[in-house]
Amino acid sequence: MADKKVVTMDGNEAVAHVAHRLSEVAVIYPITPSSPMGEFADDWSAARKTNLWGGIPQIVEMQSEAGAIGSVHGALQSGALCTTFTSSQGLLLMIPNMFKIAGELTSFVMHVAARCVATHALSIFGDHSDVMACRATGFAMLASTCVQEAHDQAAIALAVSLRTRVPFMHFFDGFRTSHELNRCELLSDEQLRELIKQEWVDAHRARGLTPDKPKIRGTAQNPDTFFQAREACNTFYERVPSVVKEEMERFAKITGRRYLPYEYVGHAQAERVVIVMGSGAETVSETVRYLAGKGEKIGAIIVRLFRPFAVEMFLAAMPTTTKKIAVLDRTKEPGATGEPLYADVIAALYQAQRSAEVIGGRYGLSSKEFTPAMVKAVFDELAKPSPKKRFTVGINDDVTHLSLTVDNSFDIESPDTVRALFFGLGADGTVGANKNSIKIIGEDTDLHAQGYFVYDSKKSGAMTTSHLRFGKAPIKAPYLIKQASFVACHQFQFLEKIDVLESAAPGAVFLLNAPFAKEAVWDSIPREIQQQIITKKLRFFAIDANAVAKATGMGTRINTIMQTCFFAISGVLPREQAIEAIKKAIKKTYGKRGEEVVRRNFEAVDQTLQNLHEITVPAAATSKIAQTGFEQPGMPDFVKRVTSVMMAGKGDLLPVSAFHANNNADGTWPVGTTQYEKRNIAIDIPEWDPATCIQCNKCSFVCPHASIRPKVYEASALAGAPATFKSTAYKAPDFKGMNFTLQVAPEDCTGCSLCVQVCPSKNKADPKRKAINMRPRMEIRDVERANYAFFLGIPEVDRSKIAKMNVKLSQFLQPLFEYSGACAGCGETPYVKLLTQLFGDRLVISNATGCSSIYGGNLPTTPYTTNRDGRGPTWANSLFEDNAEFGLGLLLGISEHKKQAERLLKELTSQVGDTLATGLLTASQQGEKNVAEQRARVAALRTALKNIKSPSATMLNDMADYLVKKSIWLLGGDGWAYDIGYGGLDHVLSLPFDINILVLDTEVYSNTGGQASKSTPMGAAAKFAASGKGTQKKDLGLMAMSYRNAYVASVAFGSNDNHTVTAFTEAESYPGPSLIIAYSHCIAHGYDLKIGLDQQKLAVDSGVWPLYRYDPRLVSQGKAPLQIDSGPAKANARDYMRNETRFAMVEKIDAERFKILSEGSVRNTAERLALYKELSQIVFPTKTD
Amino acid sequence: MDISTSYLGFKLSTPLIPGASPPCNDLAAVRELEDAGAPMLTMHSVFQEQFDLEEMAVNRSLDGPLGNSPEALSYFPSPEQFRLGPEEYIDQIIKIKKTVKIPVIASLNGRTPGGWVSYATKIEQAGADALELNIYNNVFDLERSSEAIENDTLDVVRAVRQAVKLPLAVKLSRNYTGLPQFVNRLVKAGVQGLVLFNRFYQPDIDIEDLDVRRELKLSTSDELLPRIRWTAALAGRVKADLAVTGGVHSVEDVVKAFMAGASVVQMVSALLTRGPQYLKHLADRLAKWLEEHEYESLAQMRGSMSLLKTPHPEAFERGNYVKILHAWEPA
Repeated sequence: MADKKVVTMDGNEAVAHVAHRLSEVAVIYPITPSSPMGEFADDWSAARKTNLWGGIPQIVEMQSEAGAIGSVHGALQSGALCTTFTSSQGLLLMIPNMFKIAGELTSFVMHVAARCVATHALSIFGDHSDVMACRATGFAMLASTCVQEAHDQAAIALAVSLRTRVPFMHFFDGFRTSHELNRCELLSDEQLRELIKQEWVDAHRARGLTPDKPKIRGTAQNPDTFFQAREACNTFYERVPSVVKEEMERFAKITGRRYLPYEYVGHAQAERVVIVMGSGAETVSETVRYLAGKGEKIGAIIVRLFRPFAVEMFLAAMPTTTKKIAVLDRTKEPGATGEPLYADVIAALYQAQRSAEVIGGRYGLSSKEFTPAMVKAVFDELAKPSPKKRFTVGINDDVTHLSLTVDNSFDIESPDTVRALFFGLGADGTVGANKNSIKIIGEDTDLHAQGYFVYDSKKSGAMTTSHLRFGKAPIKAPYLIKQASFVACHQFQFLEKIDVLESAAPGAVFLLNAPFAKEAVWDSIPREIQQQIITKKLRFFAIDANAVAKATGMGTRINTIMQTCFFAISGVLPREQAIEAIKKAIKKTYGKRGEEVVRRNFEAVDQTLQNLHEITVPAAATSKIAQTGFEQPGMPDFVKRVTSVMMAGKGDLLPVSAFHANNNADGTWPVGTTQYEKRNIAIDIPEWDPATCIQCNKCSFVCPHASIRPKVYEASALAGAPATFKSTAYKAPDFKGMNFTLQVAPEDCTGCSLCVQVCPSKNKADPKRKAINMRPRMEIRDVERANYAFFLGIPEVDRSKIAKMNVKLSQFLQPLFEYSGACAGCGETPYVKLLTQLFGDRLVISNATGCSSIYGGNLPTTPYTTNRDGRGPTWANSLFEDNAEFGLGLLLGISEHKKQAERLLKELTSQVGDTLATGLLTASQQGEKNVAEQRARVAALRTALKNIKSPSATMLNDMADYLVKKSIWLLGGDGWAYDIGYGGLDHVLSLPFDINILVLDTEVYSNTGGQASKSTPMGAAAKFAASGKGTQKKDLGLMAMSYRNAYVASVAFGSNDNHTVTAFTEAESYPGPSLIIAYSHCIAHGYDLKIGLDQQKLAVDSGVWPLYRYDPRLVSQGKAPLQIDSGPAKANARDYMRNETRFAMVEKIDAERFKILSEGSVRNTAERLALYKELSQIVFPTKTD
Repeated sequence: MDISTSYLGFKLSTPLIPGASPPCNDLAAVRELEDAGAPMLTMHSVFQEQFDLEEMAVNRSLDGPLGNSPEALSYFPSPEQFRLGPEEYIDQIIKIKKTVKIPVIASLNGRTPGGWVSYATKIEQAGADALELNIYNNVFDLERSSEAIENDTLDVVRAVRQAVKLPLAVKLSRNYTGLPQFVNRLVKAGVQGLVLFNRFYQPDIDIEDLDVRRELKLSTSDELLPRIRWTAALAGRVKADLAVTGGVHSVEDVVKAFMAGASVVQMVSALLTRGPQYLKHLADRLAKWLEEHEYESLAQMRGSMSLLKTPHPEAFERGNYVKILHAWEPA
């Protein structure tokens, strides 16, 4: 046996580690939570790591999973060893080809991080609904329970597939296994060579298509032969279970690690048996061992080979004493007699004519916790004389009463295991530091280590909770920590609302990052926290980590500092050894990033030890500060009962009725709820200086979170204003005599400072000050909170009085998209907000999956809101790939409603009045004034309809609002528009419907972590383009222009904001399809987003991002339809590129390549501009010519 | 006419060296300079601060969003090897050394004591023939004395001297109160060459945008005179070669620098405006000037107007002030 190499890694890396070495080709497409497998493979191929045969696997990213599996199919048919990685909807897109691959008896293993399939809502988390949707494809299905197993079975699956020719889907639980860090003994190349026999690989290749030995596959068959031919595969499938068993036995001989297709654990004479697969099997088996150890006659069968389901082998694993069986499924199949595994077990027992009472239960959907207490509840249920035939566990179903009661105090964890809980922010490095700690302990000591990380759904200021376990025995606990011996809170503000000590065990160590001197810490924390420290007898340590970070040049990254604290006081390792190990890890992690990075981290470690203090805990709580929680006065009932519970991180406690009684079982959710979140995440927020302000409203325009807003209003509205409320005379003639206020929303601002960056007005006596300046939030929060509350009560401007839309006036319109969870400084959301300001009260949004659907619709709160009339954007997300088609469907339906209303109106014209009806049917609805007049006509119509008693009148009353023009917009990122959804988008552009498309172009898959799209520019590094993308960005605008019936605009608000406003209004007014491609700076570009606007300007000035509008209406005016709105290039494209890490890192990796790519990019930019210039001079003949 | 000289221990066929500037980092331009008769090159400075900032910026960009959301645990690929720090500069030294036969002086601006030493070591290992330390101090601190600032510089020089065997030159700022004494201490610390003087960015005020703009304008011959004065003041009095840089454009400028006591002149602006061939032109002009003025060699002229030899040393010492006043006295 080769030398053992034990590492600490997550399930994705563990699987990729095998798959990369066993593949010649991998064709992939990013989707959470499987993306990292492809990314690892791409990184390794970019680093020229080879497969078992000495080749560097070719990793190709496609435009969708449907595309990926198509190419996989092709590669397999050529006889290559090929793999892919996917999850959820991505897997579903592969299904058609999976039938083909299986039907053609193709040796192949795909690796699936199993994830929830979107139903009433999308969920990125783990369950088996995706893999279960593939049962009919003919793929064998092999489930892994943990990181090590996923690593091992990745190889076993290929061995079996090569032997049997049946393709395998190897799956493991998304997030719980794919993202859990645990110890893993790596298979060596020698071991893999022994496992995967060359003759099998040769045979696979020999089956490939080649003109040297021509074959034909994929024929069409008729009723005469298809059926028989289909049955011809049976023998191949019959072999699979025994080959799996053989290969698992051979694997055990080679590695010492033993698996079975169906593995029994528990009492030899068990009477009650639970059947389960996936990570839940670890929880079940550990609980069974614990309870069986106490004499309970219980057991469990871990199902690894789910397809083909080997009845005999399965039943052989079951003790003959078994009387009662509970089958656990991590999926839901509404309307079925039972979930898939349950149905198979029933069928197996029936086929073997074995009798036992079988009940079936669902657990763990969307990574819902599944704990030993829940396992015990299942066994307890089985012990009842009449257990529930169908049940759920892990939730409280108070509607259909299927759920089991769980005693949450039941705990099987060894007291010897160190359990540590860390509360941090996404951006503070807590997760990274903890991953590092796990690697240090897992790889440098004999201890076993496990790490799992829980995130909230926000992209800015997201709270992360890290669950770390360390112990002498292997850690098999795929559930969260409930009793922690160490709790660290890395962000002081969490104490205000979150009960961070809820899971602290008595006598635990509590570490707090507190921005105070050690003497002041105790009285600065809320009384509730003090009380828990006293009651639980916690040891309390504090450090001002942000001060240490600042002093050591680490900025806001407190990862190294808090990690050092953990090692210094947790006692996991001797202090000196731990510090040495941290420094070694720093050198390893940051060594390639340069000496300075290492030096500063070392300094941070040293400074930490000098600034970490144990706080003396008094006998009684003394704080005058109380926790505020999430509930606020004035919250709507639903928000109070449901949303605020979710905001507090206690959504697990909500019963089924919370989602049933409110008529939202279909996934409908109230709008306008971000206003109740008040996240208070900014360190500094802007403060207005009226004397310096020129009232341009640019600050409001660029604000990604609608957290700084202007209002123009009558002076009388100031009655009752707080004394601190600032108001000044409005300066321009359009609303002469009125007052003006610019107000920050202090608790909603994320502190990005884009507003200050864009402010053009400097204080003449002190030019470093502008009309708005950043101040520490805590200094002005309370005052500004009162001011903002008053500000919101001031009436909004009369929209019909806005004569001509421009940047300044657009900002007086109420944003109906506010306080989203988008990144601080996001470059997309200003466009979305503008959309809601311009057309929000009649806006229909079809949103492709991606960042905009996450900050737009990820619970607990949503940012789309309503105006005082209760009108606002209506929003829906269907899928990633179908957004254009879905939005078109919305349009088709809405236009039919409008036509119906018009028909009814025509029918009732004589009764409602000819003038009113004619106005309603024919008046222009362009511009705010006309829309307001149409709304007035609709109101008049409703008044008239009150006096008409007929079914038509009733129906028209219901449908009258459809007489007001709806503005239908398709929103999505470049991943959707350029790649996966391009086919649909292209088709919609070719149709004559009045539909608008806004592409928020970040030039990369931002939501899934920066994978290359066809929008990614040449020379930019992205995942799947690690050495810099070698081809040009697709010119989507030019392609759309080729239809000549579509309005097309390219905008960049940071370069020319008024151009953006013009393009939006023109696109909306154009009566056909419109496409706006909007430059959106993004965290994935790799720079401080506060200079995002400067980068946008540089992009335009250098010609990289030309501004233009193509308006087909101009043709009839005898003008060229294409207008170039940006001047000739006046900046260097390379200067633009060098400011962004995505380009700069290519230069740092390979300067020669960067030179070639940047020169290519400059050349292509020039060529593109030249082409546009030519096009802009083409005047088409008008109809009258 | 023998216009050869020596600098930092190297025998040079002419005294006209291309000074630290971007063309000296470009291989094609370097070849052209050698062809035009450059006897030695000074590479553009490598700034440790820039790399430190760049490292931290790249690190922040890569690590900042780590763990931002469950879907995006990172935003960039993880290459095995980054070329941060001075690696590119080091590579360029190697390439230039392979491209030309003339000696190459690398130029370094460090930020931390460790940085000076580690960069200098890498530069030596890469094969540079000499090292010019491009000293810049933050002089705005209200609490720091000039002596403390000078001591810091000396510490750097001593540390570098200890770490490398390369000939060392120091490029100085004009703004020392006790320049000769400081220079003397530098020489005692092991410096073999002094470059007079650095030209720094001069901030200008944008009166419309209420901002400060920085730009480096090309030099003119007017800037030469303070350099002449200090070269004359130091020549023969400190045991180090003197290089004049900043304002050397014409043959007269070269002559003045040598009369003051320079061993070489470094030229940037003149070459940027007139091209590499100007080197050859100027060398020819220098030889011709020496012939016309019946000098035997350049060496004969060097230092002839230094403080030690000039008939009117007070003119240098008192900055010409007295003489001008005398000129206004009634006859």
